[in-house]
Amino acid sequence: MSLDPTYLEYGKRGLGYDHALYPYAPLPKRAPLAWPGGQRVAVWFTVSLEWFPITPSDTPFRAPGHMQTAYPDYRHYTSREYGTRVGFYRLLDAFAKVGARVSVAVNAAIATRYPQIIADIVDAGHEIIAHSTDMNGTIASTLPVEQERALIAQSLATLEAATGQRPRGWHSIARSQSFATLDLLKEAGVDYCVDWVNDEMPFAFNNGLVNIPLNHELSDRQIINVQQQSVDSYAQQVLDAHDWLSAEAQAQGGGRMLPLHLTPYIIGLPYRMDAFEGLLVDLAARPDTWFARGGDIFDAFAANQG
Amino acid sequence: MREGSPDPELYEFQRYRGRKPFAWPGGKKVAVWISPNLEYYEIDPPANPHRKSWAKPHPDVVGYSHRDHANRVGHWRMADVMSKHGFPGSVSLSVALCQHHPDVVADANARGWEFFSHGIYNTRYSYGMDERQERAIIEDSIRTVREATGQAIRGWLAPALTHTPRTLDLIAEYGMDYTCDLYHDDQPFPVKVSKGRLISMPYSLEVNDHYGFFIYNMSPREYAQTLIRQYERLAAEESGTVMCIPLHSYLIGQPHRIGPFEEVLRHIAADDRAWITRAGDIADAWYAVQEDAR
Repeated sequence: MSLDPTYLEYGKRGLGYDHALYPYAPLPKRAPLAWPGGQRVAVWFTVSLEWFPITPSDTPFRAPGHMQTAYPDYRHYTSREYGTRVGFYRLLDAFAKVGARVSVAVNAAIATRYPQIIADIVDAGHEIIAHSTDMNGTIASTLPVEQERALIAQSLATLEAATGQRPRGWHSIARSQSFATLDLLKEAGVDYCVDWVNDEMPFAFNNGLVNIPLNHELSDRQIINVQQQSVDSYAQQVLDAHDWLSAEAQAQGGGRMLPLHLTPYIIGLPYRMDAFEGLLVDLAARPDTWFARGGDIFDAFAANQG
Repeated sequence: MREGSPDPELYEFQRYRGRKPFAWPGGKKVAVWISPNLEYYEIDPPANPHRKSWAKPHPDVVGYSHRDHANRVGHWRMADVMSKHGFPGSVSLSVALCQHHPDVVADANARGWEFFSHGIYNTRYSYGMDERQERAIIEDSIRTVREATGQAIRGWLAPALTHTPRTLDLIAEYGMDYTCDLYHDDQPFPVKVSKGRLISMPYSLEVNDHYGFFIYNMSPREYAQTLIRQYERLAAEESGTVMCIPLHSYLIGQPHRIGPFEEVLRHIAADDRAWITRAGDIADAWYAVQEDAR
């Protein structure tokens, strides 16, 4: 038994990455990036607002949270809708209480189906970032590039028509991209995506698109749904992260980001909301907290780049 | 090992009860070593017929970029905490990291850390290699680490834990002292090899941060408590035990985990039963104990 000899050839073994998507730059060696108000920690909530067709598509893959039983899967279809109808409004009220403005990653189908929600988001001063068409709109390299281009265009055009403003940010379902995605987003006029979790501060891809990393580990989905920890533990972990990032920013200069990805049908349940509201109060009480939207972080990064 | 045999004949059975106690240097009861895995995962690796690499079509953005966090952010956060509390690392190294991100390797070397090989990339598996191919990755590892750090590697942890029936014989033949691939004991123990000598160095899957966070789904504070319990138990038993803390900085270096982890290091560093050291030093001390016992 032996392997094909090419398995021991390493054509991209050299300085830097094995791709040309972005340059290598370790965080401690980059110039500090200060936030506009001088706070140490930008707390950036991104709420995913999603519509799952009861007829799931596996092309190119089935989205996390999608239908699981044989058709018709009432339990998952309606549980996800619960998040949109009820849980999301609990979150809007909670954000309003502490004066936090957030990013909402919205499926275009939400704008088409529930225009009142879009108005409520915009009226509250939150930012809408594009989150594909609906939860059948997944992206991977196995999706033909023309279909991917059309999916991105449709998502952006629908949300722009609903809000009067073209979304500046993009969040792929499950953060899944193809090798073409970064260029397609740039071509569509998007300022930033949030999918790459390799950093804790914004950075620019080689094509000029910016990545604002939305930590996938510090999400309610990962901690509460996947790892099955309690909402109290979730809140503790967020505060531990805040403590660390604040101290690190003080020691190294500039600011740090604390990106918190939320899912209304997970965090917005009655038995979890009190703990989450308590977390918001704790975060708001810390003088080094800046509640920022993705666009605010992008602007601070862009201004710093000169 | 004996290839094809139901018993791979890796080592002799020796029960834990009744072993002769011995002390580590300084009279310490438990040798504690930290093994940061400094890795490089390729974005678009070739397929190995025996094991798939990424779960998704390339690029697996979350899989790849999560690992990349180690080399952009996590390494320094983890390493600074280790240095602050006096813990050196014994690095499980994807040796191609020496070419891709020499900054990371140089930083570890400057901190006095030891290096052993974890293969070329953590996306190139040994399954299916013939002897000539496996010799090639061993020789590549020895050469690459020597050129990058001046160090001669003394140990091996198979890339992504992929082995062949020849691996242990070959690394012993090339003069290595220890393997981190066997999990049968809390003390070093001789491994049967065709030429030369080799010991198993207790590494750990059970308290590996990857197992803690992704197999056992622990919270950061639960993981920290687990490490402290592991330490307290091993320090309380007959002396001569080894506790390894295998880490991946894209996991332990996340902002919600590093604080609780620092408390573990503070706890162990404050306890006078711990010999805080490196894998090669443990091997040397163990061989010396065996010599003295003759």
